[in-house]
Amino acid sequence: MSSTSRAWNDERLERIIGTLLQVGVVLSGALVVTGGVTYLIRHGSEPSRYGTFAGEPSDLRTLSGIVGYALSLHARGIIQLGLLFLIATPVARVAFSAAAFALERDWLYVAVTSVVLAVLLFSLAGGHLL
Amino acid sequence: MVTPLLTLAFGVDIRYAVGATLVSVIATSSGAAAAYVREGFTNIRIGMFLEVATTLGAVTGAAVALRIPTSAIAVIFGLVLLYSAYVSRRPIPATIEGDAPDHLARWLRMDSTYPSVDGTKAYHVHNVPSGFGLMYVAGVVSGLLGIGSGSVKVIAMDQAMRIPFKVSTTTSNFMIGVTAAASAGVYLKRGYVDPGLAMPVMLGVLLGSFLGARVLPRLRARALRMVFSLVVAALALEMLYHGLTGRI
Repeated sequence: MSSTSRAWNDERLERIIGTLLQVGVVLSGALVVTGGVTYLIRHGSEPSRYGTFAGEPSDLRTLSGIVGYALSLHARGIIQLGLLFLIATPVARVAFSAAAFALERDWLYVAVTSVVLAVLLFSLAGGHLL
Repeated sequence: MVTPLLTLAFGVDIRYAVGATLVSVIATSSGAAAAYVREGFTNIRIGMFLEVATTLGAVTGAAVALRIPTSAIAVIFGLVLLYSAYVSRRPIPATIEGDAPDHLARWLRMDSTYPSVDGTKAYHVHNVPSGFGLMYVAGVVSGLLGIGSGSVKVIAMDQAMRIPFKVSTTTSNFMIGVTAAASAGVYLKRGYVDPGLAMPVMLGVLLGSFLGARVLPRLRARALRMVFSLVVAALALEMLYHGLTGRI
């Protein structure tokens, strides 16, 4: 492989990764603001209860639960969906990098990136063995 | 800085605080990385390779955090804060020029270039195994406390791997989002991430980092580092005190 074609590809990879991260943050920020404003209008005057740990209900813990709760337009569900988008942004960045290294035929880094992606997916699935 | 503030000043349970902070860490890292990556300072290969260590560390850290008492987390937090207060007062190390390349780093294609005022500068990367080991530690700290642990990451890259300062800080920031995402899944599933608390924290931190980037160039760096390390040290001592007396 010539060094020029790799430099060109790496530069392009950097540009696309930059855009991908930006879109992820803006999208999740917009969801969190939308949900947050709704939440404050509906529940802003209620006292907070974060002094003791009770854990979130299952609707706010799992992918299907969060999506369902957000689609029924619950404010807390919309915020949580935005946070889920935020967590998914770096994961999408890693998945895209794996594909881009494969296009560059850089198999060493396809392997490296796949390991990171596997760890992230294991965690996102809730880390069941932990 | 956010977790001690939430627990000490607002009386929030440290588990909710860790969940909210972790999410805000992903927001700032991704937001800043979007700009740095395009400017060509970030070394994506170094980042990707070391992320193997930080993500494995983060999952380990989260697994440990689920099993130890919250007072132990507060004590570890205090110690890590004291360490960052100390690190932030140390001067930026000078880059060593014209050093010999390292075989492993070359095989991993880590040697690269970065833009500077004198044009494009080439650099070599060293001590990959010790950098990798330190990054695992940084990942454990991040997963355990829900922080970016940028201070440990910068030590690994500046001191061990001898990467130029601008490359190490931007690459460390690039890695923080992925590292935090690796433990965020575990914390989300266990109910540590509360939308009502994470929302103001995330938006506040995003706004703060946006404004900070505009105000920072006009502030005096020395005075700022002094104030920062004093505040962090004070928070560290209070965190240690609360943890040791079992009040967290």
